[in-house]
Parts: sequence; C-alpha cells; structure tokens
Amino acid sequence: MSGVLVSTTINGDAVEFACPQNETLLNSLRDRVGLTGVKEGCGTGDCGACSITLDGRLVCSCLVLSAEANGREIGTVEGIAQGDKLHPLQEKFIEHAALQCGICTPGFLVAAKSLLERNPNPSEEEIRYGLAGNLCRCTGYDKIVRAVQAAAKEMRKK
Amino acid sequence: MAHDTSYTDQKFNVVGTRVKRPDGVDKVTGRARYGADASAPGQLVGLILRSPHAHARIKKIDTARAEKLKGVKAVVTSADMPDLNVGNRDLFAVLENCMARDRALYDGHAVAAVAAVDMNTAKQALKLIKVSYEKLPHVTDVDEAMKPDAPIIQDWVFTVGVEPTPKKPSNVSMRSEFGHGDVEAGFAQADVVIEKSYKTEQTHQGYIEPHACLASLGPDGQGELWVTTQGHFVFRNTCAALLGLEVSRLKVTSSEIGGGFGGKTHVWMEPVALVLSRKANRPVKVVMSRDEVFRASGPTCSTSIDVKIGATRDGKITAASAELRYQDGPYPAIWGMLGAMTSYACYDLKNVKTVGYDVLVNRPKVAAYRAPSAPMAAFAVESTVDLVAAELGMDPVDFRILNAAKEGTRASYGPTYGPIGIGPTLEAVKNHPHMRAKLKKNQGRGMACGFWFNFGGQTCTDLNVGIDGSVTLTVGTIDVGGSRAALGLIAAEELGIPYDMVKTNVADTASLGHNDMTEGSRGTFSSGMAAIFAARETIEVLRQRAAVMLDVPVEAIEWKEGQAVATGLEHSNLAPLTLKEIAAKSPTTGGPIAGHNEVVADNAGVSFASHICDVEVDPETGATRVIRYTVVQDAGKAIHPDYVEGQFQGGAAQGIGWALNEEYIYGKDGCLQNAGFLDYRIPVCSDLPFIDTQILEIPNPNHPYGVRGVGETSIVPPLAAIGNAVSNAVGVRLNHVPMSPPRILKALEEAANS
Repeated sequence: MSGVLVSTTINGDAVEFACPQNETLLNSLRDRVGLTGVKEGCGTGDCGACSITLDGRLVCSCLVLSAEANGREIGTVEGIAQGDKLHPLQEKFIEHAALQCGICTPGFLVAAKSLLERNPNPSEEEIRYGLAGNLCRCTGYDKIVRAVQAAAKEMRKK
Repeated sequence: MAHDTSYTDQKFNVVGTRVKRPDGVDKVTGRARYGADASAPGQLVGLILRSPHAHARIKKIDTARAEKLKGVKAVVTSADMPDLNVGNRDLFAVLENCMARDRALYDGHAVAAVAAVDMNTAKQALKLIKVSYEKLPHVTDVDEAMKPDAPIIQDWVFTVGVEPTPKKPSNVSMRSEFGHGDVEAGFAQADVVIEKSYKTEQTHQGYIEPHACLASLGPDGQGELWVTTQGHFVFRNTCAALLGLEVSRLKVTSSEIGGGFGGKTHVWMEPVALVLSRKANRPVKVVMSRDEVFRASGPTCSTSIDVKIGATRDGKITAASAELRYQDGPYPAIWGMLGAMTSYACYDLKNVKTVGYDVLVNRPKVAAYRAPSAPMAAFAVESTVDLVAAELGMDPVDFRILNAAKEGTRASYGPTYGPIGIGPTLEAVKNHPHMRAKLKKNQGRGMACGFWFNFGGQTCTDLNVGIDGSVTLTVGTIDVGGSRAALGLIAAEELGIPYDMVKTNVADTASLGHNDMTEGSRGTFSSGMAAIFAARETIEVLRQRAAVMLDVPVEAIEWKEGQAVATGLEHSNLAPLTLKEIAAKSPTTGGPIAGHNEVVADNAGVSFASHICDVEVDPETGATRVIRYTVVQDAGKAIHPDYVEGQFQGGAAQGIGWALNEEYIYGKDGCLQNAGFLDYRIPVCSDLPFIDTQILEIPNPNHPYGVRGVGETSIVPPLAAIGNAVSNAVGVRLNHVPMSPPRILKALEEAANS
C-alpha cells in the first residue's frame, strides 16, 4: 500500500509525517508522532479515550483517517498545559481525585475543555451529556463532574 | 454500635488527609505510560488469530503462506508452545487458554499468532493462515451445561466434592457446600418461607485499557516484559513456567494500568508475545482490540441461583439455604464456591446451607471481577430477604438489623467474626436522610447489603532514605486507583514527616522480592502494612545513626515527630536531630539508611456495605433510571478518603451497569454477538446521578492502622438494591439481571395480565 504525506499543526507546532493510506489518525499520533497521551480504548468511536480536536471540533481520532488531517489543526491532551502551568481542568482533576486509573483522563480533559469553550457555565446535566461520549469505568463520574464544575468556576473568574 | 473506641480513636497526623497523588501530573498531561505506550528498537507488531467457533476440533493449521509473506518474522501455533509442565493441570489450562491445541473451546479462543514489521503486514498474514475446523456441539448456558446429555467440554474433568468419585467426566467441575445447623428443622420452625430462583447474565470488567504488552526474549533465555497487569511478579512466574525460563532471567515491568477490576490478574496473550519474540528474536508488541478483550479475556460468570429463606413472625430468620450454579468458562475454577461462601455472610444464622456448583461452558475463561461471585449471590439473597420482610410486614432495614451478623457470629462460610461493620452500615442507612426523601410516581427505593472477604497475601516493600532526607517507598503491588498516595501517607505517618517528603514507586520484578497479585482489595492493606514495618525498621537505623552522631547510647534515643531525641536529664542539652540531618551524615555513620519488610499479610479484615438506591421506571418502555444512590461502607480506616470514596462510587457504578444494561449476548451458534462498547453498553456520565458516600471506620484489629480493603465490596449490593427499588417502584419483582427495558416491560405486562 502506498503511503501519504500528512502536513498538520499539532498543539501549535507544524508536524509532517508519512503513513499508509488506511492508517487512523489515532495510530499516527501514537506511533509516528509519539503522542501516546491519545489512548485507544475501543477503536470504534464508543469510548472517547482517543478524543482530540480537529480544527477546534471534538472528534474521536480512531474514526479519522490521517490523510483527512492534512492541512488541519490538531489538539491533544499534550497541548492542554501551557508550559509548566497546568490548565484549571488538569489542576481540578488532580485536586478532586477525578481519576483513578487515568486511562480515560486525556480524553475527558480534551472533551471537557471543548465543552467549557462552548459553554463556560454548564449545568450538571449539560456536563453529564457533554461528557457522555467518554467512558470511565473507575470513578462512576461523580468526581469528574465535580472537577469540571470546579474548573468552570475557576475559569469564569479569569 | 459498640466497638473498641480506644482503637478507633488512634490519632493520625497525615493519614486521613486528601493529598495529591504522585502520578497526578503525569496522568493529566498524557505523559503516564500504559501497556500500549512503550516501544523498543526493532519492535514488531504481534496479532492473534482467534476461533470463530464456540467449540471445534482443529484439524490442521496451515501457516506456510503467512510465513512466506514479506515482513512476517514469526508465526506461532500451539506447536511452538509445548506443555513443559506435564501433569500440572492448572498450568496446562493457562497454556491452552493462551493458545488452543487440538480444540477451540470458545468463540475468540486463540489458535495462532504472527509478528510482522507493521500492522498491515500482520493483518494480511493472519488472513493467510488457514485453519481447518470441525465444528463440535457447544453449550453456553450454565443450567444446560449441567444436564447429563450436554456436550462434555473437558474429558479430564470429573466432579470434585461428591461421593463416590464419579467415573464419567462432567461439566460440573466442583460441588462445594458450606453452612451449619439443620436447615430442615429451621424451615419447620418458620412462619414464612420464601423460595425463589434467579439468573444473572455474564458481564465484563470493562477496563478502558485493553490488554497490551511489549515482550522481548532472546535466544539466551533472558527477557523483558512490559505489561499492563495487576501482578507483574505472578505474570513473571507464570510466563517463566510456561516457557521454561528461569524466573530471575525474565524481568517484568508493570506499566501504568488502565483499569483491571480482576481482569488483569490472568495472563492472556503475554506468553504468546514472548514466544513470538523468541522466535523472531526481536521485541514484539501485542495490543488487544476491544473485540478481543470481550471475546477472549476476563468476563465474570453468568449464574443461576435458587434461594430459600424462612423466618418467624417476629422477624427472626430460622433457616436459609441456596444452590448456586456458576459457569467458569472452559476451565475449572472456584467461582461457584465463592458464591456459596459469600451468599449469607451478612447474617447471623442458626441454620444455613449453601451449595455451589462450578460448571464448564463454551465461553471465555472467567476471571475475577471485583468481589468475584458475591454480587450475583447477593442479588438472589437480598432480593429474597426483601420478599420475606414484605411477607412479614416488616421494614426491610429493620428486618436486616434484626438478623445482621455481629462480632462473635459464626459466619455461614465457617469463621467466627471479629469486629465487623454490617450492623453499623445498616444503622447508618436507617438514619440516612436519603431514606426519608420523598418519592414521585413510578419511583421506588431499595436497599441491600453486601460482603467481601478481602485478601492479604505475600508482600515485599523497601523504604530508602535519600541523602537529602527524602524518602523512596518501593512497593510491588500495582497502583490502579491512587494507592501510591495512600502508601506515601502511611510511610510519612510512621516516620513523622510530611507527605511531600515521600515518593512511592512501583518496582519491577528485578528490583524487589515477590509480591502476590494486587487483588482482593489488598493493595493499600498489605503494602500499607509492609510500609509500616519497613518504616519502623528504618527508624531503628535512624536511632542508631543519631546515637553515633550524638555520642549517646542508642537506648537513649527516641523517634518523635520525625526527629531523633536524646532522652534523659544528662542529654537535655542535646538538640534533636531531624531526618534530614541524619540522612546528610549517613555516608560517615554507616552508609545508606533503609528499611525492608517481607510479610504474608493475613487477616485482611472482612468488609460490609449497605446501599440505598432510588430508581424511576418508565412503564411505557421499561427503561430504568437511577435517580439517587448512597453507599455506606466500612473502610476500617480510610487512609486517603478521596480514593476510598472513589472505590465506593466506582463499584456502585459498575453494579448499576450490571443491574440495568450489561450482558454478554450469545447467538444459537455460541458466538458472542455484542463484543464492543456500542452494544455492550456500560454506564456513561449522563446515565448516573452523583453517588453519595458515607465512610464508616470500624478498625480491623489485624492491621496497625485498622485498615480493611475497600476496593471490591461496593459492587456487591447494587444488583439487589436496584432490583428491590424497581420492585418498590412498579410492583414487579425482577429475578433476571440485567433488568433491561425488555425484561422489565415483559414483567410489567405479565403482572398486568395476571
């Protein structure tokens, strides 16, 4: 199978890579770009562990072909902190013990950041439906919702 | 409830505080490395070919075309994995489950594997392997498998636990019986006797991280395995035994683990990855797909259970019995036995008898799932307990309080209890505001109790003091939910130093002595115990060093709040020495400062919980929503309350999924029809309410801080609590889990028609 050359911007940096035509963006990000913070939980778009933003829109990277990412902007968990400063969501996830095993955490952070960008003051219900595409098996979501509420509050202060 | 208050009132400085976990930043930045996140130079991609049949004879496997494909570096079948432990049935079962031999025993059973230079080549190679199957009759239902004419799954299995020893092989691998007293006499004394049968479907642990490993094994018999596991030492021992390696030459490193819940206590494809690596003489990475996780790793049992409970008008249970049939997949196990042991553990019974059957079927090998076997038994027993209470016209909480086990009760499974938490959790439920909250139309409230044994086990821990006085705690139990934070708190408490001065690490198998699997809620319990003893040994060393530095006898040195203090009037002019000061001088006072501990951490301390649940049932669709949920559980001592609450909430959520949605659906062909998260639906954020928690602390007298395991018990009551709530909401008693919309609708229609 012949390959494709993909030119993208990832977390603000220009990145080029070559991959087979049938490779998913999830696999390219993990295996070619080295961004293993993007996780695979199912490969079928059901768990949200591979959540990224593509031109600002929240997507499951397992459902995107790398070739489709050519010329587009990608955001992953690795780009959420600014230098040594954690994003309020990251701070609150740690503070509220919103992660146990942590495998779903990158996807939740990307999804929650996207949610708060669209809706800075979500109700509990809006948070729960906004994050319904991300599976967590450890926490029962209780502390995740509380962490997102706390981060939203913190971010609204700024 | 009365318990030893002096013991309860132990004063702690840092234990019980909600500190940040040491792996937090790594996990919120994507830096933490899980099973699939490691790579090695020259690494190959490994893939496994799996049986599409529930039960089939493997007549021939032709790998020639796959081997010839450019880029394929190794192809493996059972011929590459000979039985090196002839006569050891347990190890053979593990080997055969990793790679089928003459028969495929379930849909998804591994039959061959390849290692190739990239994913596309590996996928192509799998397609080129030709397996000739002859389909055999199969059985996937536990009751069907027990029938005399059922297809026999293992001809070497003869029922254990019956007299005389059977002469014919059977799918019933074991019968186990527990109890005491005379149940027939007890039922004769009862004013009310309720008998009912229940079924629960098979569920999966549903960890979000699929099984993954990176294996590297050379022709010199030395190797490394990076793997997501609940017990890397046990994985090492098992892989070494299966492959004929020396334990010391296989280094296993546990990656960060993306959930386990018991499913990562068994080897699945790790030995195959090592064999592929040895054959190719290159590192091989194998990552399961979600389809493979469902079809070929770790579900818990489906069950079929009969319960009979009798009680007098004044609410005393006079006798209780149960027959519990659990399927184990195609290999003998003890899940039915555990069901029989746990069923009545919450109660103080004069006459009790439980019989468990372990049954083989053509489904994947069953693995532990959080308090394995207890939730199904609790569903059957706690549903029946509610029925008895209703028949007596008693409040279900009062009825349970009246019959609850207490200190001194002889448990239905044998031992006599020490101080336990079932009574206090029930009292807490009775007094909880949740119990008095108003309900609306189609809403109902249920409650139920649960029990889990908790395990201890072999544990080895090191504590090293750095030259700057900071402390490295090295443990061999894996951290699946924040235990590094809890263990750091324990070491800090014992040494009398701030939590921030301790860093807890999980060591690989080359760096620490053996540790058993992290299961049975034992991580914080047993490594915590070992950390306390290691810290105490360290304090002895610190006292000796301080004695040298101060030039006083070691007997005069006391360790107080992180400092060595010289006692006695003659030393009153000597300033105390801090840990930092002693550490800085260590090169000249005797060298490195460390403490170690090796222990079999027995007496983990049994655990009880009582849950309250409100549901709303839509009578049009049968869909059920949990609208309020409260967990009350005895933690012994909550070292890090956030992560204790997290265990309570997570277990409850898994139980809710099990109760309402999750099930393995098999076709008539014996193949799994819903091997993905779309069709096997676990609860999502919008399915659940906040889950309230109340931590009780009835100390475990066998742990220096009173710790009991907390991880598992929370999944035990939800099935029954929800069943009882549904019954109270719409007046139908569901005896089949999951209580999915079609089942509830059917029950509602039947009730309306009768």
